[in-house]
Amino acid sequence: MTSPAPYTPYHPRWYRRRMSVWWWLKDRAYVKFVLRELTSVFVAFFAFLYLWQLRAVTEGPDAYARFLARLQTPFFLTVDIVALAFVLFHTITWFNLTPTAMVVRVRGKRVPGWIVAGSNYLVWVVVSAIVAWIFTRGLP
Amino acid sequence: MPPTVRLEVSRYRPEQEDKPAFQTYEVPFRDDWVVLDALNHVKDQMDGSLSFRWSCRMGVCGSCGMMVNGRPKLTCAAFLSEHLPGPIRVEPLNYFPIIRDLIVDITDFLEKLKKVRPWIVRDQVLPLEKGEYRQTPEQLDVYRQFSQCINCMLCYAACPVVGLEPEFVGPAAIALAQRYNLDSRDDGAKQRLKILSDHAGIWGCTFVGECTQVCPKHVDPAGAIQQYKLAGAVDMLKSFLMPWGTR
Amino acid sequence: MTGRFTPIMWTLFSVGGTVAAFLFPIHLFLNGLAFPLGWLDAPSYEAFLALVQHPVTRLYLFVMIALPLFHWAHRFRYTLYDGLQLYHLTVFIAVLCYGVALAGTVVAAYTLWNIA
Repeated sequence: MTSPAPYTPYHPRWYRRRMSVWWWLKDRAYVKFVLRELTSVFVAFFAFLYLWQLRAVTEGPDAYARFLARLQTPFFLTVDIVALAFVLFHTITWFNLTPTAMVVRVRGKRVPGWIVAGSNYLVWVVVSAIVAWIFTRGLP
Repeated sequence: MPPTVRLEVSRYRPEQEDKPAFQTYEVPFRDDWVVLDALNHVKDQMDGSLSFRWSCRMGVCGSCGMMVNGRPKLTCAAFLSEHLPGPIRVEPLNYFPIIRDLIVDITDFLEKLKKVRPWIVRDQVLPLEKGEYRQTPEQLDVYRQFSQCINCMLCYAACPVVGLEPEFVGPAAIALAQRYNLDSRDDGAKQRLKILSDHAGIWGCTFVGECTQVCPKHVDPAGAIQQYKLAGAVDMLKSFLMPWGTR
Repeated sequence: MTGRFTPIMWTLFSVGGTVAAFLFPIHLFLNGLAFPLGWLDAPSYEAFLALVQHPVTRLYLFVMIALPLFHWAHRFRYTLYDGLQLYHLTVFIAVLCYGVALAGTVVAAYTLWNIA
């Protein structure tokens, strides 16, 4: 609690517990929540990485080759593995939470959560396959 | 099955101490006892000064919410057998000021409930001769889940935003607002959105989801809030794309 | 942050999160692991350039970069605000997060418009 709530009258004898800055470590569910939120950092990381790659493309084949070489260094490989783990965690938590946020009704009955989440996963696999096919070939 | 189990109960007597401390009690173990039974045993046989709230002892009144081993639970539904081997730590509900022992002040919560206008709001009240407002089972089904709330505040004790931001209206209040928004008899959705479209309202929620996990009545307040956010976003889009609409 | 601003940011957060959820794993896998480690053959410079110059790809990449940046901005803003309890810095944090996202969006738009 950072300040007494506007509703509750201040009572000098009532004990108000302070919320520690480490509140998010106190419960496993909170830790998972903060890890989920931190996936956004790796999302931003990859967005900027791809932007960097595109800038390298505009600068010509040598700049592009240098950029690709940079991606092969142990530093970037490590960061990319960690980033991939977090990005996958984002995808999984996102799809699993979609049914809670979006109620889909068919003919008056609510579609079960696992169907909503499952169809997201299905589309993800299909889209990933298409993207992989296009981006490994380029436009020859 | 052990003959006794240890209870570590948070005590706070403002007239004699200035912060809470734990007191240990060794209570008999019965496999059909819940934590509430153990607390009542303490009060009846061991230490009459222990103060706590309870009423129906069957999970419908919402009075006996406390932290059991760090998780918000209805003590009338928390079996001793599920918490073996013990010790079982009993503390007052998180994120509320402690009045005494296991009793917390819930004034904030009651004010927040009132804030969302939890009643049927009509643009046009039908005259009595027209009879009742009728509703099909399908229409009831749309909001039924959110009407099951027993105001036990376990969701508030689970939600870190409630602890971090005292003004946050909280899961139960927003789920209650959504219960009325989705009621076919109600016309108050616009009013409530205006009240709740705020950092203290729906936008303060970061979808931790713990509120839904601890709810004993499966109300799914997290779902209510996310659906409310979606409705708020759609309303915002409509106000841009169709500004001539009622606003 | 009330009125219309927060719902707009939340919408960008949601759409950006969805874009990232569907597209980022495969792109990161390809660019970060499969190509550098030689598991799959990367397209040649000319093939990649030609792909990226296509107007549909330009739009795709713009959406793929800009929206997830706003997803990060909104989410990270709340993480700093709630996680580190930096309430007194709330305006500064908001300006920083959304500002960085906006900057990235502008650079992405400029880069993709001008890809030679």
